[in-house]
Amino acid sequence: MEANRIIPDPSQVREELIQKYPAKVAKKRAKSIVINDPEIIPEVQANVRTVPGIITQRGCSYAGCKGVVLGPTRDIVNIVHGPIGCSFYAWLTRRNQTKPETLMDANYIPYCFSTDMQEENIVFGGEKKLKIAIQEAYDLFHPKSIAIFSTCPVGLIGDDVHAASREMKEKFGDCNVFGFSCEGYRGVSQSAGHHIANNGVFKHMVGRDNTPSEGKFKLNLLGEYNIGGDAFEIERIFEKVGITLVASFSGNSTVGAIENSHTADLNVILCHRSINYMGDMMETKYGIPWMKVNFVGAESTAKSLRKIAEYFGDEELKARVEAVIAEETPKVKAVIEEILPRTKGKTAMLFVGGSRAHHYQDLFNELGMTTVAAGYEFAHRDDYEGREVLPKIKVDADSKNIEELKIVADPELYNPRKTDAELEALKEKGLEINGYEGMMKQMTKKSLVVDDLSHYESEKLIEIYKPDIFCAGIKEKYVVQKMGIPLKQLHSYDYGGPYTGFEGAVNFYKDIDRMVNNPVWKLIKAPWEKAGNGNGAGLAASYVTQ
Amino acid sequence: MLLRHTSKEVKEREGLTINPAKTCQPIGAMYAALGIHGCLPHSHGSQGCCSYHRSTLTRHYKEPVMAATSSFTEGASVFGGQANLLAAIDTIFAVYDPDIIAVHSTCLSETIGDDLQQITKKASDDGKIPEGKYVIFASTPSFVGSHVTGYANMVAGIATQFAESTGVKKNQFNIIAGWMEPSDMREIKRMATVMGVNIVLFPDTSDVLDAPQTGKHVFYPKGGTTVTELKSSGDSLVSLALGSISAEPAAIALEKKCKVPFETLDIPIGLSATDRFIMAISKVAGVTVPDEITADRGRLVDVMCDMEQYLHGKRVALFGDPDQILPLTEFLLDLNMKPVHIVSGTPGQRFEKQMRQLLDERSPETNFKSGLQADMFLLHQWMKNEPVDLLFGNTYGKYMARDEDIPFIRFGFPILDRIGHSYFPNVGYSGSLRLLEKILNAVMDRQDRDALEEKFELVM
Repeated sequence: MEANRIIPDPSQVREELIQKYPAKVAKKRAKSIVINDPEIIPEVQANVRTVPGIITQRGCSYAGCKGVVLGPTRDIVNIVHGPIGCSFYAWLTRRNQTKPETLMDANYIPYCFSTDMQEENIVFGGEKKLKIAIQEAYDLFHPKSIAIFSTCPVGLIGDDVHAASREMKEKFGDCNVFGFSCEGYRGVSQSAGHHIANNGVFKHMVGRDNTPSEGKFKLNLLGEYNIGGDAFEIERIFEKVGITLVASFSGNSTVGAIENSHTADLNVILCHRSINYMGDMMETKYGIPWMKVNFVGAESTAKSLRKIAEYFGDEELKARVEAVIAEETPKVKAVIEEILPRTKGKTAMLFVGGSRAHHYQDLFNELGMTTVAAGYEFAHRDDYEGREVLPKIKVDADSKNIEELKIVADPELYNPRKTDAELEALKEKGLEINGYEGMMKQMTKKSLVVDDLSHYESEKLIEIYKPDIFCAGIKEKYVVQKMGIPLKQLHSYDYGGPYTGFEGAVNFYKDIDRMVNNPVWKLIKAPWEKAGNGNGAGLAASYVTQ
Repeated sequence: MLLRHTSKEVKEREGLTINPAKTCQPIGAMYAALGIHGCLPHSHGSQGCCSYHRSTLTRHYKEPVMAATSSFTEGASVFGGQANLLAAIDTIFAVYDPDIIAVHSTCLSETIGDDLQQITKKASDDGKIPEGKYVIFASTPSFVGSHVTGYANMVAGIATQFAESTGVKKNQFNIIAGWMEPSDMREIKRMATVMGVNIVLFPDTSDVLDAPQTGKHVFYPKGGTTVTELKSSGDSLVSLALGSISAEPAAIALEKKCKVPFETLDIPIGLSATDRFIMAISKVAGVTVPDEITADRGRLVDVMCDMEQYLHGKRVALFGDPDQILPLTEFLLDLNMKPVHIVSGTPGQRFEKQMRQLLDERSPETNFKSGLQADMFLLHQWMKNEPVDLLFGNTYGKYMARDEDIPFIRFGFPILDRIGHSYFPNVGYSGSLRLLEKILNAVMDRQDRDALEEKFELVM
């Protein structure tokens, strides 16, 4: 897509971004700032420590574990073991919508549970208080599951949340209690927490209920957190085409669905970064292949539905998918045709998450907009360069601390849904079976890719490129808008959405049109500032001379 | 029902906090440091703390909130965070060039025993702090106090580390702001100007967290108390601390270091607290209260007289921070309203005593709890047992308000879903008038909504 302005020389931009840094910092940052070539993908340094003092977008392991992966499941009581803040900040702030089937069904998402550790618990240990808290939660709510999340001090003082959980689980008999060692200092970002969460969910939840699930085409939706109702829209489409959603990991999900998820025949992965471990582990243990899909963007949604139908290899399903696409597309087309003249040729930058900076490029493409620079907050090299780089990724000290579960095929439940030959044939048809080609293959030559963008770099990039829209999170939102550029939050969607599927695409087109063409951006300067006489004296003088 | 699992039956809890009416110390320290001109707050802990605090403050103000972090990893957590903080100081001065770095600790750095005084001294000894620049610190472990005490600790840190006494007193006095909004701080300064007195207000987040849209992001906005002002606070005649929990520790520190006497007042929310504030200024500065202030007061009392029928006996539940809900409770009593349930998660006997005293005198039957397990879950249970007509609190209160179908006034921190708090004050007579307008609107909108058609009133 042609941009409406000259794109700056990326190698010069790169130099400018690192110029101000102390030498050691500059050397390190230089490896995370690369000029894209979709033909020969360059290596991006990713998933490494942020230099202390750098204003980073990143959060912590706890945020990735409790906030991202476990947070959206409505019927678990998630108790945060630690001082009060960690639980407070992760309380309802991620917009994980959920819809209990009846008024009687459990929903703990609006609640915040904490052991509120005090100094004496740090000095003398907090396990006793934790067990009291678990007992009180059980007595008050009788939930199916209670999950415990460790915050920074817990690991340091040696509280054993796993032992406490086991003890309480045995005591209750009818409540699954399990813990996560997701202390904030583990790893280098939220990403460590995703991995820890995957391990825990796999160990303690998946496979507990062997009741065969019903339906002909059964799949799990992995890495979809129902922010702004994204999962609702995907559920709507699945229902329309006749696909059975066994479990979602974890938007709008329940404990029961996750426990039964190994009875599905396919795992489709949206957010590769946060949940790919689950896909691999379920494949090894139960023989369920996983496939990368993307429901962000109308064309991507259609493509993903076709891939799913191809996987199941059923002509009726394929026909149904085509019928649904044909039915949904005109509504989308009508909107985009109206909007496109106003968005075409504009430029975007996306610095967010571990998948979104990739997925949302599809929507910008549909709007005729070019992504001139993009990067992730907490992704790994494979999310940039594709999974074929996995064997080449060096495991450093920070990654080594995150447990890799040793998974083997389940002696009874392992049942390969497809033979190796069938999978190979599907891959040849372009299905990303157990694979992901990453963000960079899709980006234009000479676009800029920056991992773990710092505040300083973001301001520089905006000054140099003057994009029409910048996509990031809440911490960046008002900084960028103060510079006169609209910022679309791609964690919280600025409290809008959904942005998935066909209806989501329409929502996104309208939101971006509204944002980039809002008259307010032209009202920032006062008339007297535009006239170049800051004190208004010129105006007064003209009256005087009349 | 959003809070469908909240039952009427109240059971004592010892281990579990549900829906807390407080958060942790470091966010308060970060907020306080933003009220110093040219200051970059720095969180000495893992990245998540800084990210969460910045996010919460940003959602509350819809403004840029700049702060850096020591980015602890497992290594730093085992071997100590000194290397991280020293590296951070280097990076920050090179890249972000603040005048001051205000470091606060976290539960992580406190648990491993990092000593901020020692590390910042080392930074200074190693020449890492450029000429004319400062690195100050406050100890704010998350397992002690609450966001309010974290604010207090940073403000006390600011006072002790900047104030100097030259031996020559200046014709000025200090106003130490308890936790309040930039709009409140702006109003405090306006009142001082009207009273014709010279003050040093610190911290001061006005013109920092309510910055205008100019098309340019100003990393260090024009507001904030300057280093020169802070230094001179040691020569002030007296300090007025607004809030016994969030401001008084700084006043005590100043008295200790520079022998500046102090008086502690409530944050001037409501009629009586503003009366005491104005009287205190008048007394310490030896000025008569100008007519403009008296007229402001008169307007507030006028509305209180004219609209009393809509207020009297209205039953109120409130949760929030000690220094704010104490004067709010007093105001509600002055309005002839009935505070029925009050909780604050911030622990401390001082507040407990002050609130008890107020309630014993004027509303002994009020349910009140502060500290551990004084949470919104308990408040909600109380509300289910003894219903109220109005709820005050931060944004999280909207879940209870919706479930119980009661009018809700956003008051306190954080307010994540409305604007206004950063622009329109709650302090002083005019701030209190705005608060009163909000109360009346909430109550009267409800009366309109619920009125039978034949009872629907045009004039109220």
